[in-house]
Amino acid sequence: MSNIKYILGHFEDPDDMMHGIDKLKENNISIYDAYTPMPIHGIEDKLGVKRSRLPIVAFICGITGTFTAFSMIYYMMVHDWPMNVGGKPAFAFPDFVPIMFELTVLFCSYGMGIAFFFRTHLFPGRAPRVMDLRATDDRFIIAVDANENADHDKINSLLKDAGAVEIKHNERRYVSYE
Amino acid sequence: MASHNESILREPLITGKDITYARITNEVLLPVENKPNKAWWMGFIVSALGALLWVGAVSYTFYYGIGTWGLNKTVGWAWDITGFVWWVGIGHAGTLISAVLLLFRQNWRNSINRSAEAMTIFAVICAATYVVSHMGRPWLAYWPLPLPNQFGSLWVNFNSPLVWDVFAISTYFSVSLLFWYTGLLPDIATIRDRATGLKRRIYSILSFGWTGSVKTWQRFEAVSLILAGVSTPLVLSVHTIVSMDFATSVIPGWHTTIFPPYFVAGAIFSGFAMVQTLLLIARKVLGLENYITMFHIESMNKIIVLTGSIVGVAYLTELFIAWYSGVEYEQYAFLNRISGPYWWAYWCMMTCNVITPQLFWFKKIRTSIPISWVLSIIVNIGMWFERFVIIVTSLHRDYIPSSWAMFYPTWVDISIFVGSIGLFFTLFLLFIRVLPSVAMAEVKLLVKTSSEQSKKKLLESGVIKPEEAEYYKESLTKFDSVDQADYAKI
Repeated sequence: MSNIKYILGHFEDPDDMMHGIDKLKENNISIYDAYTPMPIHGIEDKLGVKRSRLPIVAFICGITGTFTAFSMIYYMMVHDWPMNVGGKPAFAFPDFVPIMFELTVLFCSYGMGIAFFFRTHLFPGRAPRVMDLRATDDRFIIAVDANENADHDKINSLLKDAGAVEIKHNERRYVSYE
Repeated sequence: MASHNESILREPLITGKDITYARITNEVLLPVENKPNKAWWMGFIVSALGALLWVGAVSYTFYYGIGTWGLNKTVGWAWDITGFVWWVGIGHAGTLISAVLLLFRQNWRNSINRSAEAMTIFAVICAATYVVSHMGRPWLAYWPLPLPNQFGSLWVNFNSPLVWDVFAISTYFSVSLLFWYTGLLPDIATIRDRATGLKRRIYSILSFGWTGSVKTWQRFEAVSLILAGVSTPLVLSVHTIVSMDFATSVIPGWHTTIFPPYFVAGAIFSGFAMVQTLLLIARKVLGLENYITMFHIESMNKIIVLTGSIVGVAYLTELFIAWYSGVEYEQYAFLNRISGPYWWAYWCMMTCNVITPQLFWFKKIRTSIPISWVLSIIVNIGMWFERFVIIVTSLHRDYIPSSWAMFYPTWVDISIFVGSIGLFFTLFLLFIRVLPSVAMAEVKLLVKTSSEQSKKKLLESGVIKPEEAEYYKESLTKFDSVDQADYAKI
């Protein structure tokens, strides 16, 4: 066995990369991941990535915000210390609405944002697990796990045929960030 | 598929020949990866002096209290709230560009959203400092929060729009910051992967370890879309609530139901004007002519003329309703605005906000950079006067003529206002130096579909109908960054 961990196909054009993914899949070669400098639409379906459930998180957090705001204001204005202002009702629901709305938005945004950072393992100080430094600049990269797919020459030629401009055999998983 | 050809009838969003992904990165990161030039230093020194003036004047206010301002018993709100509303309004264009235009799939937002969002954040910082300093005792600024206080369990009054405003502005700031920073992550990662040494380490922390894998991008897009969805009503609610600070009172001139939509339109109007003021300069100085094109400038000018007209209709409606209501106090408040001692402020507002923006109906003016720049500044002057007129002229002649008064700003009032502009520009200039001023990842999305070069290829392939090609070529004539000679022979 060689020490090669990942085979990276570098593409200059996103369409070529998509073509490369098709080619590899036709030949039953499993793709580890793809790294791109911009979002590529339609790539999730090709790689079988499931739909993100973040919208559900956003909805739950938002509705939590609505109820938090309502219960807070209800407790303070109606239950704990009702004030008699010219005989007007303490439970003045229309006046509750602006803050209920604001807290819905706040909880929804931050709940979803934190869930996104948590699930994607993004946080300040995390060592970037980058396979190639140009993936955030101008290269569209397909990464293939070299141990799972033994026929390296075939992978090379498939990637080349699809239009890869460079093929790298990485012995280390990530670019080291010392 | 990742890309398809866009209709030739649409104008290109990126101009220039041989635009590659690498070139976009290089051009956008030019100011971040190199030493600043003379123009930047001059701008920075002037702005930093302004910011210093602001620090001095605000500290003076904190030390001696708001008695140092020109306020009196009759005019209890003046330049402070004028400045606050002005800055919040300016901030709104950033959210509008990043959220509303995203929902409407207006791809031209991609190259201006980053700097507009940064502008939002800095403008809200300026606005928030006004709120804190007008409280008089800023060390008690936590009092509007719903905390049980030491007098027993008396809570804040949730029936008051001023309490709503605390929630609205702080939510707005927090959500804008999250939206802006999430969008920045991929671009910070680009800087990180090109840098070395200490710079790499700093950007590595700032990038949160972004990799650009498929799942990350998928989640990123979901987050962006939902943040845009919630920011859209949020931005409308914020200025609605700001307007309710006035509209729910019983002061003639403030007590009107037209305020929420009128304030929101005014906010968009002034915000786009400020984006125009900043970007027309930034485009030139940073060499971003290919990404912020004449199409962007013209589109923003169209929004300015639209919202300016809405504001104009609102001014006239106010006058009509004041007359039609038959309430003599309301009628007097407006008569006093037009012809009272502050007539000059009213007419300055009318000229700058309603009359001069109408010049944008002319295509020559809409596509002229110097005129657009001057008009954008005039709009901001007009919008400052609008808030001044609403606040001061409604207050200065109250119910008993014996208490009628005028407002005269002191040097502290003036210094805080001028200084806040300095603070804003200082923050903006620092932003341009350390973070990418154009969202690179989003601009890269446009290269294959909406760039001049891709459309040119389409033209050359000969599949385009001649009349459509003619239309497209004519639309290109306004672009200052397109080499017209290339199209003569096609």
